[in-house]
Amino acid sequence: MAKYLLLKHYRGAPAARNDVRMDQWTPEEISAHIQYMEDFAARLEASGEYVDGQALAPEGTWVQYGGEGKPPVTDGPFAETKDLIAGWMVIDVDTYERALELAGELSAAPGKDGKPIHEWLELRPFLTAPPTIEE
Amino acid sequence: MDESLLRHLTPSVTAVLVRRGADFAAAEDAVQDALVEAVRVWPDDPPRDPKGWLVTVAWRRFLDATRSDTARRRREDLLEEEPAPEVAPGVDDTLRLYFLCAHPSLSASSAVALTLRAVGGLTTREIARAYLVPEATMAQRISRAKRTVADVRLDQPGDVATVLRVLYLVFNEGYSGDVDLAAEAIRLTRQVSAAVEHPEVQGLLALMLLHHARRPARTAPDGSLVPLAAQDRRLWDTTAIAEGVEILQAALARDALGDFQAQAAIAALHADAPTADETDWVQVVEWYDELVRLTDSPVARLNRAVAVGEADGPRAGLAALAALDTALPRHAAVAAYLHERDGDLATAAQLYAEAAHQAPNLAERDHLTRQAARLNRR
Repeated sequence: MAKYLLLKHYRGAPAARNDVRMDQWTPEEISAHIQYMEDFAARLEASGEYVDGQALAPEGTWVQYGGEGKPPVTDGPFAETKDLIAGWMVIDVDTYERALELAGELSAAPGKDGKPIHEWLELRPFLTAPPTIEE
Repeated sequence: MDESLLRHLTPSVTAVLVRRGADFAAAEDAVQDALVEAVRVWPDDPPRDPKGWLVTVAWRRFLDATRSDTARRRREDLLEEEPAPEVAPGVDDTLRLYFLCAHPSLSASSAVALTLRAVGGLTTREIARAYLVPEATMAQRISRAKRTVADVRLDQPGDVATVLRVLYLVFNEGYSGDVDLAAEAIRLTRQVSAAVEHPEVQGLLALMLLHHARRPARTAPDGSLVPLAAQDRRLWDTTAIAEGVEILQAALARDALGDFQAQAAIAALHADAPTADETDWVQVVEWYDELVRLTDSPVARLNRAVAVGEADGPRAGLAALAALDTALPRHAAVAAYLHERDGDLATAAQLYAEAAHQAPNLAERDHLTRQAARLNRR
């Protein structure tokens, strides 16, 4: 029983094996990709392992405290930002091995020519509540 | 409205339905319906025989559900043809349900969820909240678990150890939420302890009580973790400690030592010390030796190194630690503590920071970061 974040990057991850930008795919390939993601989430719901999944807009704003009585300072987006999060899925699984298995499955989503993208996903464990038993 | 009574009756009511020929999944659903009905009706109209009331209502629900099923005829035939499942003599009905819910074919999380629902009488929503997952996810987990054990016959007792493992998980990995999972684990372990004579059941119950007793002292008002040595022992629940110690002594007297009894014995030695300095570390080390012998667990060895450090001095503790894999969880935290005791504050500070980086939970990370900061500021 542990929660993991599966993090998908727009930028910043090592290059995928089937690394072709989505706008270079055929519309059918895009549909197949989306269908794969939906099926994957549905399988997780059915297995009782799904917690959350969200996609993020690629553009955001940097915000900072502006000082006493002043509005927040905004900036960006910065073109030079190396790492850009595209979205995530949160799973609740029994073992780390199961989390790896699921991440591998998600990374097999089809891309150009219907072949698996082999996208690099980042798998991050959630920090839990402390165990009740101390020593 | 006594909800604890209601939940206490849950497994025995389910067991009656199963004995009458209902399959487990359907019986469990029917009992859940009856519980909801009881919460609605009992405050104004309390029954004279609560269990009888629940059985009647649950059985009616079960029949309704069966009748409305498209496979009605087939099921009714089955009910008529099949003899009632054989009941193993001497095994309590409630206990049989515990065995089923902790069946080895279930994953740990499924067994935990099914136990909390079918014998704990919690709703799916409560369990989902407790484990911080969506209700739909928890509902799926429970119904899958029920399907997994659908063909398991309730005619023989299982291994008590599997039940204890599940209850231990509920106690130790209980998250926050509306439901106090630690208290729930204690309640369920009491129920098992009343149904079966087994020193390890008593050992686990004692272990839970002794740790639960410390709970008021474990967190500061700001939510930060207070380590055992720094806890205000006046806040410990002496009633729970006395009960835990008594149960443990009865278990140990039966001379069938196990993992949980050894862990409880260590907790009892801590409970017995009026101040941290008065802890009988020599005995604690002896119990860790037992625990290592019983489990060969690296975590037990790591904790043993801490105890050795207290009993024989930090150098001895570090020597015990040197034999262990540095990749063990909390290895750096233990090393940091022993180096600090040994007076090597620079190394300790560095190790505390490293331990904070590896900490598996936020409260521990914050605690370890503060330790590093404390030493860095000197």
